[in-house]
Amino acid sequence: MTQLHEAAPPPATSTPLLEARGLTKHFPVHHAVSADRAAHGVRRGLLGRRGPGMGAAGRGGDVVHAVESVSLALDEARVTAVVGESGSGKSTLARLLCRLVKPTAGQLLLDGDPVPRSGRGRREYARQVQMVLQDPFSSLNPVHEVRYHLARPLQVHGPDEAGRSLDDTIAALLERVALAPADQFLRKYPHELSGGQRQRVAIARALAVRPRVLLADEPVSMLDVSIRLGILNLLGDLCERERLAILYITHDIASARYLADTIVVMYAGQVVESGPARTVTDQPAHPYTQLLLSAAPDPERDGAPTLVGRGAPPSLVTPPAGCRFHPRCPHAMAVCATAAPPGFDVAAGHVSACWLQARDLTAAQASPLAPRGGGNTSPDDTSSNDEPGGGDDVSPDTR
Amino acid sequence: MSVPAGHPLLEVRGLCADYGAGPDAVHAVIGADLVLHRGEVLGLAGESGSGKSTLAYAITRLLRAPGMITGGSVGYYPQPGTAVDLLSAEEGTLRVLRWSQISVVMQSAMNALNPVLSIGSQLTDVLHAHRRDMSKAARRARAADLLAMVGIAADRLGSHPHELSGGMRQRVMIAMALALEPQVVIMDEPTTALDVVTQREILQELTELRERLGFAVLFITHDLSLLIEIADSIAVMYAGRLVERAAAKALFRAPRHPYTLGLLSSFPGLHGPKQHLTGIPGSPPDLRRLPSGCVFHPRCSYVMDRCRTDAPALLPLAGARDGAGGMQRAAACWLQDGSAPPPPELAAPVPDLAGSQS
Repeated sequence: MTQLHEAAPPPATSTPLLEARGLTKHFPVHHAVSADRAAHGVRRGLLGRRGPGMGAAGRGGDVVHAVESVSLALDEARVTAVVGESGSGKSTLARLLCRLVKPTAGQLLLDGDPVPRSGRGRREYARQVQMVLQDPFSSLNPVHEVRYHLARPLQVHGPDEAGRSLDDTIAALLERVALAPADQFLRKYPHELSGGQRQRVAIARALAVRPRVLLADEPVSMLDVSIRLGILNLLGDLCERERLAILYITHDIASARYLADTIVVMYAGQVVESGPARTVTDQPAHPYTQLLLSAAPDPERDGAPTLVGRGAPPSLVTPPAGCRFHPRCPHAMAVCATAAPPGFDVAAGHVSACWLQARDLTAAQASPLAPRGGGNTSPDDTSSNDEPGGGDDVSPDTR
Repeated sequence: MSVPAGHPLLEVRGLCADYGAGPDAVHAVIGADLVLHRGEVLGLAGESGSGKSTLAYAITRLLRAPGMITGGSVGYYPQPGTAVDLLSAEEGTLRVLRWSQISVVMQSAMNALNPVLSIGSQLTDVLHAHRRDMSKAARRARAADLLAMVGIAADRLGSHPHELSGGMRQRVMIAMALALEPQVVIMDEPTTALDVVTQREILQELTELRERLGFAVLFITHDLSLLIEIADSIAVMYAGRLVERAAAKALFRAPRHPYTLGLLSSFPGLHGPKQHLTGIPGSPPDLRRLPSGCVFHPRCSYVMDRCRTDAPALLPLAGARDGAGGMQRAAACWLQDGSAPPPPELAAPVPDLAGSQS
């Protein structure tokens, strides 16, 4: 079940800037009896720094399979979007890439070299890879001015190479995120700024150390609708102008299509499909991607969409064997319940982890999976192992 | 969707609501005019702080201090010929009307359930308060029916809210709102915190229930792209004012207010070639320091001299009566006052609505 499978880096013509290979994160569950406790275990796992050496399993030996052998590559001057529902592991993936949590297994490569583990190496890594968080209302310190937020990373990581003064560097930073004139913002506190301006300050803070990779975890979901596009366009400009590699994490597949060059779709901790943004949204190959697209708001649509594969994501403590989507999948075959699908090439650079793409299945493997008893289309069928509150953990920072 | 009967159910005229009093009062809603027809889904779109929730609470007289209703009228017409003025109604009348006739699904309804009571006792509580003659067993049976109606097994009656997922809690809230078969259901961002698949499931259930039970919905959300799909007609709010009102499809294909046009181009599409969208420059105004004239003028790309000094009223547009419920199209913009032809983006032809079913 935990077999490594190639989950879709695009065919690398050159060495990607940041590459993840088979990245896996299991959070220990301390008393694994119910999914309720499992959710609790996630939080403790985040706080308690358990390394792989200590064993990822908790006392009961159960773990939350938050991220399971995810491979992806971030290239220079490209935006890669990770799309998924809450609980799909997309934020954990960002934290893994930022090295805020230690992976249970897998490897991170920066410029093709494994990342160093020493303290100095971590600091050097932080200089190259920076993160923007979801909620600009809580990610800025309310007792400090904008200038402080931007000065700190410069002081910690050393001044600008160009030998400019701190103030000049900060003013230039604010201009890069289109907060001009800079001196109007320097002395402001976060509460004096609008949501969009706050998020721009957060982005400027991440850009202060001139990183080459920017990880943006739901950067616009807390913002007003009319200013979201401004932030998305800013990220797009930064990617183009400064050749940043950007990872854009979102639950909104339409915005991923708008901003990203590549889309990676995650479900229950695994990558199910990846490929060029337009291809993934126009010709989705994986049934889960198809479900996501049919559920997304679309004013162009006539009449109500048909949802195929309703229900809730599985428990990540005891994920289904085989393909994790198979209990919901309308096309489930015998093989889906037993073996995890490897990534199949659908087209150039378009990979789908689905047995439907396999060409050499035996008749027995391809036979439709017998529907299990008790009408699994009912929404509460899967909810017995649905993580309580799973729907609202998209914004843990706001509470 | 069923054809909405033209009979108005809820009529809001010139409603104003403030927070605080005196010169420092913040005018959260100014002169809102809305008509909700029987069986209709009326969408209210706006950004945070645009006053859409305040408007909903003012309609139901649930606005808490320092919020105050400072003007206007809200008429409720349960049957043709009978009228209740909600703003002057006695507390006792309201107590009877609320929930049984007009119910509300609150914002972040997922957290609105009492964590220490079971779902069943919270559902039967409503029935106990409004249907005094119902036996305990009948109440219990009705609660089970309600859960089944929103797709939750009856054995969940004994569950506490923390044992349910977010989507299920949201479904319970909707079931509760429908417990007494109200005529009007006001939904304030009912699916905002949910995942997109769960959101779609709940919306589909809601559509089915509405067709079966025939209630009217005032659906409040910031997600205009969603509203266009599910609503019959849409009112757009900006900084406490209604700026445009139209049938959903007409609003989508042929917006008349620059803010609506900006909102529509803030949602990237799922089809077609990649287009560069600009959104709306600037950010929503601070209600304590509103710009002069038209409140949208600092962000408007069509701004004229007149916009800076005079506030446009929400005026019906000439010759633009459209299908759903006979709602008159209206926009609050000087470009649409008829003195000069508006720019082509704001004068797109209204699509033929007879063909569409909304």
